[in-house]
Amino acid sequence: MNLPAEQTGDFIPWEDADAKPIIRFQGVTKKFGDFTAIDNLSLDIYEREFFALLGPSGCGKTTLMRMLAGFETPTSGEIMLDGQNIAPVPPNKRPVNMMFQSYALFPHLTLADNIAFGLKRSDMPKSEIAGRVDEMLSLVQLSKFGSRKPHQISGGQRQRVALARALAKSPKLLLLDEPLAALDKKLREETQFELMDIQEKLGTTFVIVTHDQEEAMTVASRVAVMDHGQLVQVATPEQIYEFPNSRYVADFIGDVNLIEGAAKSVTKDAAVISWAEGLPDINAAAPEGLAKGDNCCFAIRPEKVSISAEKPTDAANALPGKVLDIGYLGNMSTYHVELGNGQIIKAQVANQRRLSRRAYTWDDQVWVSFTATAGLVLSA
Amino acid sequence: MFNPRRLFLILVPYSWLFFLFLVPFGIVLKISLSDAALSIPPYTPQFDPEGGWAAIRELFSGFDLENFIWLSEDNLYWKAYLSSVWIALVSVLLTLLVGYPIAYAMARSSEEWRPTLLMLVILPFWTSFLIRVYAWIGILGSNGYLNQLLLWSGVIDEPLVILNTNWAVYIGIVYTYLPFMVLPIYATLEKLDGDLLEAAEDLGCSRFQAFWLVTVPLSRPGIIAGCFLVFIPVVGEFVIPSLLGGSKTLMIGKILWDEFFSNRDWPVASAVAVVLLLILIIPIILFQRQQQRAQEAEQ
Repeated sequence: MNLPAEQTGDFIPWEDADAKPIIRFQGVTKKFGDFTAIDNLSLDIYEREFFALLGPSGCGKTTLMRMLAGFETPTSGEIMLDGQNIAPVPPNKRPVNMMFQSYALFPHLTLADNIAFGLKRSDMPKSEIAGRVDEMLSLVQLSKFGSRKPHQISGGQRQRVALARALAKSPKLLLLDEPLAALDKKLREETQFELMDIQEKLGTTFVIVTHDQEEAMTVASRVAVMDHGQLVQVATPEQIYEFPNSRYVADFIGDVNLIEGAAKSVTKDAAVISWAEGLPDINAAAPEGLAKGDNCCFAIRPEKVSISAEKPTDAANALPGKVLDIGYLGNMSTYHVELGNGQIIKAQVANQRRLSRRAYTWDDQVWVSFTATAGLVLSA
Repeated sequence: MFNPRRLFLILVPYSWLFFLFLVPFGIVLKISLSDAALSIPPYTPQFDPEGGWAAIRELFSGFDLENFIWLSEDNLYWKAYLSSVWIALVSVLLTLLVGYPIAYAMARSSEEWRPTLLMLVILPFWTSFLIRVYAWIGILGSNGYLNQLLLWSGVIDEPLVILNTNWAVYIGIVYTYLPFMVLPIYATLEKLDGDLLEAAEDLGCSRFQAFWLVTVPLSRPGIIAGCFLVFIPVVGEFVIPSLLGGSKTLMIGKILWDEFFSNRDWPVASAVAVVLLLILIIPIILFQRQQQRAQEAEQ
């Protein structure tokens, strides 16, 4: 299931057995009273990584990050930074800086003083601080704004100041707590690329916490999908999207059709899944460990489903249904096709021509089809 | 553009100020320019409403600045003013030292406790101010509860003399005016974003540095408001120094009372009041400008 190196880029320290992680969570558990926020979690993060913690609110991702910053201590287990247990190190002594979701800029200080705030607490000589502040201001393209106060600049600019302030001390590790959540969509997308550029330029290890899967997919070298204080899957964005290891991940990342069924026959690389009486079985690639008779789930992304008026002759799978709904998204349209047993399959079709006439409309009888390798059989 | 509703809205506060501040002040100013006399009321000249223009002209010709010159010549008065301002300044400092930790603890307490704590701060106002100050006589006297407790516990061998000294005045003032210091500071501290303190720690501050570099500067509007709210009334305070202070406690409020009720010299008493107001107007203007600036900063 591992993608070849050229698809993930050359930077894959997590597959190198000799690489030493900069951060290592070892059996970390964090409890707040009766509530277990982090449940016996182990995770390695490598230097220069842009690592995303992704999950719904309450999944423990923020707690995990706050433990890295030092605002929470693990109930049990160890967190190693550069081979050292950092549990007894208070937040102000860690080579870790954090960018807060609220930005937490000091309202009584100018932008330059905000950025200098951490430097003044470090052992940097006074004469060098001004130069470093200018350097950080130009990194985030705010050179002219140094003497302004936070309330005199826009939300996007505040976000950049917060980033500059967190980076000013050249931390070994930068934590970003929902850094783009307060920005509007367009600005958010621009800023995502800016963040990646800055990370690449500085080579600092970034750990970002987000509930926005698109953001995680865009910026991160690896994504950890979390649920109920545990890691569900840790992999590159491509692997997470194309090879989710469970229904939860498949459903959480992007749009997916999930079809519940049972394995009717399993060979070395093919499985036949029966899922509804009177409808054709689904032919798919067999995952490891699937046995005949097992309950399983067939997952397929809408963009991998084709739609046609006539039954395609060459498709491995073709199912009849009728168009229930059409969603026009501009660059593509989503068709909701209801199959005979009421199961709804979403199919996405790119709008390659300007919309003069739709090939199918509401209540049309159509066929949805997909190849045997387009989808994935999930047993978890 | 004439807008009767807007006019009415403006009229309410302005007529309040006019009838309850400016008119009484005009009367006091008029008396301060008059001379003391054995009559009812005890000053001349008096305005004869039936005398027409001639009476008004006569009234103004009777005015002089004699009382103000008297104030400047007798050093009792300016000593009392200075001593009042000094006692007020020390009281402000003491109230701040006691009040800030209280406000801080209130703002840091859990949200369910805050209304209760707020209530406890305001609670003393439900009892008469006079009774509360009288109660301190019972506590601070040489046979008072405080001395009894200290003697019993063996900390001291002889009763401390607190009552009828400036110490008792400071205790009374700090006790009475504490809520005026606590409430505005609490209001600013309660709004303080906890993320800011975590950010300060994250950037290398110890807890104390974070307090000094973030919490204190951000609570400055509350500190300034509290200081003025204590300073302005304490300068003219009369009840506390006369009940708890001794003969050496010199405060202008006490002088004012004596002039009015012991000497029955209304014109001099009025002159004392007019000068007191002029002294207080400076901090009041400063206070209002500060409030305005704080409001602008918030927008």
